Amino acid sequence: MRALKGVSFDLQAGEVHALVGENGAGKSTLIKILTGAVEPDLGSIFLAGERVAGNSPHHSRALGIAAVYQQPAIFPHLTVAENLALVNETGGLARRVRWADRVRTARELLATIGAEIDPEREAGTLSMPEQQLVEIAKALGANVRVLILDEPTASLTEVETERLFGIVGRLRAQGTGIIYISHRLEELGRIADRITVLRDGESVATRQASETTPQQLISLMAGRELAAVFPKRVVPIGDVVFSVKGVGGVSFQVRAGEILGVAGLVGAGRTELAETLFGITPAASGTVQVNGKTVVVRSPEDAIRAGIAYVPEDRRRHGIVGDLPLRANTTLAILDRISANTLLDQQAERALATDWVLRLGVKTDGIDAPANSLSGGNQQKVAISRWLVTEPKVLILDEPTQGIDVGAKAECHRIMCDLAEKGLAIVMISSELSEILGMSDRIAVMRAGAIVGVVERSAATGEGLLALALGHGALGQSE
Amino acid sequence: MKQRGIAIGIFWAVLLVTLAVRAPAFFDFANLRDMEVVNAPALIVAVGMTLIILAGEIDVSVGSQFAVASVVAGTLAKAGVPLPLVALLTALVGAGFGAVNGALVTLFGVPSIVATLAAMAFWRELLRWVTQGAWVEGLPANFQWMGLSQPQGELAILVAAAAIFGVFAWGLRHWQAGRAIYAVGSNRESARLAGLPVTGISMAVFVLMGTLTALAGVLDSVRFSQVQSSAGAGLELKAISAVVIGGAAITGGRGTLWGTLLGASVLAVIAPALTFLGINAFWEKAIQGGIILGAIVLERLSARGGGRSR
Repeated sequence: MRALKGVSFDLQAGEVHALVGENGAGKSTLIKILTGAVEPDLGSIFLAGERVAGNSPHHSRALGIAAVYQQPAIFPHLTVAENLALVNETGGLARRVRWADRVRTARELLATIGAEIDPEREAGTLSMPEQQLVEIAKALGANVRVLILDEPTASLTEVETERLFGIVGRLRAQGTGIIYISHRLEELGRIADRITVLRDGESVATRQASETTPQQLISLMAGRELAAVFPKRVVPIGDVVFSVKGVGGVSFQVRAGEILGVAGLVGAGRTELAETLFGITPAASGTVQVNGKTVVVRSPEDAIRAGIAYVPEDRRRHGIVGDLPLRANTTLAILDRISANTLLDQQAERALATDWVLRLGVKTDGIDAPANSLSGGNQQKVAISRWLVTEPKVLILDEPTQGIDVGAKAECHRIMCDLAEKGLAIVMISSELSEILGMSDRIAVMRAGAIVGVVERSAATGEGLLALALGHGALGQSE
Repeated sequence: MKQRGIAIGIFWAVLLVTLAVRAPAFFDFANLRDMEVVNAPALIVAVGMTLIILAGEIDVSVGSQFAVASVVAGTLAKAGVPLPLVALLTALVGAGFGAVNGALVTLFGVPSIVATLAAMAFWRELLRWVTQGAWVEGLPANFQWMGLSQPQGELAILVAAAAIFGVFAWGLRHWQAGRAIYAVGSNRESARLAGLPVTGISMAVFVLMGTLTALAGVLDSVRFSQVQSSAGAGLELKAISAVVIGGAAITGGRGTLWGTLLGASVLAVIAPALTFLGINAFWEKAIQGGIILGAIVLERLSARGGGRSR
C-alpha cells in the first residue's frame, strides 16, 4: 500500500505550519517518515539546507526532529525526571546516574514551558494534558529544531489549549519550526502561519493561514469526487429491520436492503457504537429492535441470538482465529448448530465451509489451511463468512476493506450488494470517504460520540460529510 | 508443527534403534511394562496440561496437587473407604484444586503462571504441615494394585491411562468444547466475539487439569503399599515438557494430544536408556533440556518459513 504519493512541504524556522487532511490522507505516514520510523521509497528531506540521508528514529532525534503524539508515549512506571532523562541524557548504559542532576534538569525543562509538574512523580499518575507537557519538555530537552505536534488539542480543555498555544507561541519566537496537525480547523487561524492540505497522499495546496477560511480548507480536503467505480446496485428497500433508540445517546434505523454508511473522523465513536450494539460494552440505556421486536443485548451471545452480526475492525486481533483452519473459522459462531449432542458434525462443517469459500470466492489451498496462511482480503472474506452463516438480519461491518488490495476490495463491495439484495440491513463503518459515498444508501455522520447528521445518498457530497464530521454542520445537509 | 513432530519422532526412533543394537535387554517385556506403568500417571497429567496449554494457560501446581491427592487417597483408603469411592472423592478434591486456580485466573484476573505458582507452594507446604512429612502407612491389603494381582493391577493402570488419553484425544477433535479450547487459546478476543463462553472454558480446563491430576495420583499410589507425602515433585515440568516437545505452542491454540503422547514417550525413554547405555544418569536433565530447546527452535524456524502472511 502506498500511503504517500507526492508531498512537498517546507517549514521555516520560527513558523507554525499546519497540516490538515481527512482520515488516511497521509498525515501519519508523513510524520513517520520525518521522524525516521519508516523509510520513504522516493524523495528526500532537507534540514537547514542539508539532505537527511538514511533517516532513523535515533538519527532524526539527533538532528533535532521530535514528535509529540496524541497519545503520549511516556513510560508510565518511571518518574517524570526519568522519562525526560531517557532521551536527553547522553553516554553509555554503564554510566553512573546522578539523580540530583537528573531531577534538576527535569525541573528546569518543565519550567521553560511553565509546567508545574513534580519531576519525581510517577509519569503514569499524570493527567493526559500533563503527560503531553512532559512530552513537549522531552522534545525541548533534545534541542529540538522541528517539533511535530499531532492533534495536541484533541483531549485538552479550553484552558489547557490556551496554555498550549502560549507554549507554541514562545517556541516559535525562539525560532523552532513547528508542524501542527489538527482537525480543529477554527483554531488554525489563530495558531498557524501557513496551512498545507493533504489529500490521498498528496499535498494539494499550501495557503497563508490568515487568508483562508475553514470552508476553503474543507473543499480542498474533500477535493472533487473521484468517479471511483463501486459496484453499487440500488435494490428495493424494505421495512425497518434494525431500530436503535437512544443507545448511548444515538438513534437510527436501517431498513431491509439498505446500507447505512457511518462516517466520521477517527475517534468519533463509531467503533464504540458498534461494540455497544453487539454487546461487547453493553449500553446502560436505550432500546434496540430487530424486525420490530425489542431485544436485550448484554453480550455477543445475545447479539448473535438476536440476529445481529459484527465484523470487527481489526481482522487479526478480533476477526479470524489464525491457528484454526479456515473451516473452523467459518463455523466458530455457530458451533451449536453444526453439532448434534455437543459432537461436531465434521461433514456438515466441511460442506458449509466449502460452500462459502465458493460463494465468496475465497482464494485458499483448501478449507483445512490455517486462516493465517490467507492474504488479508481472503481473511476478511472468511471473517465475513463466519457472520453470514449465523443468518443475521443485521450486519455491522467495521472498516470492511481496510488494508486489503483493490481487487479484494471490489469483491467485498460486490458481496455487500448481494447481501443487501437478499434483504439484510447493513451498517457500514468506514473512514474512507469514497467508500461511504459509493456504497451507502444513507449516511450517518458521527462526531464526539453522537450522530450529527444523516444524509441521503443523492444529497451526499464529500465536502458536506467532511463539514459535518469536523463540526461545521452548516455546510452539510443535515436532516 | 508437523516438521517438529517428524524431527522428534526421528530422534525417538534413533534412540530406540541405538538401544536395540547396544542394549537389546531394554526391549525385554518386563522392562517395557515397568516403564509404561511408571509413566502412565505422568501421561494423564500431560493430557490435562495439553488442554491447559492449548487454552493459552499454564498450571505449575500439578506436582503439589498430585502429592495432596495421593495422600488424600491413602488416608481415605486407610479409613476403610472402598476403592472406587476413594477414586471418586480424590477426583473431586482435584476438581476443587482446579476450581481454585480457575477462579483466581478467571474471576480475579491473576495470570495463570502467578496463580498456580502460589497454589504450588501453598498446597505443598500445607501438606508438609499436616503430615509432618510422614508417609501414609498401614494401608489395607486391597489398596495396593487395587486388590488385584500385580500383573492385573499393572494392566488396570495402563488401561485406565489409555482410556483417558483416548477419550480426550477423540474429544478434542470431535467435541464442540475441544474446538472452543483451541479458539480461546489462539485468539481469546475473537472467540469471545464469536459468542463462545471464554471464561467458562478457562475455568473448565483448570477443573479438568485438577481432576486428571488427582486420578493420576490415585493410579500412582496404588503401585505401593504406602503413600509418600513427597510424591509428584517435578511433575509439572515433566508434563509441560511433554506438551512442548509434542509440538504444542506454549502461547496456546496449536498442538495435539498425539504430539503430547510422543513427547511423553521420548521423556519416558531417556532415563532408562541412559542406564542401559551405561551413561551417567546425571545427563538425564541436560538431555531433556536439550530436547525441549531443540523443539522450540524447530518451532520458531518452521513458524518463520510457514508462509505466514504479514
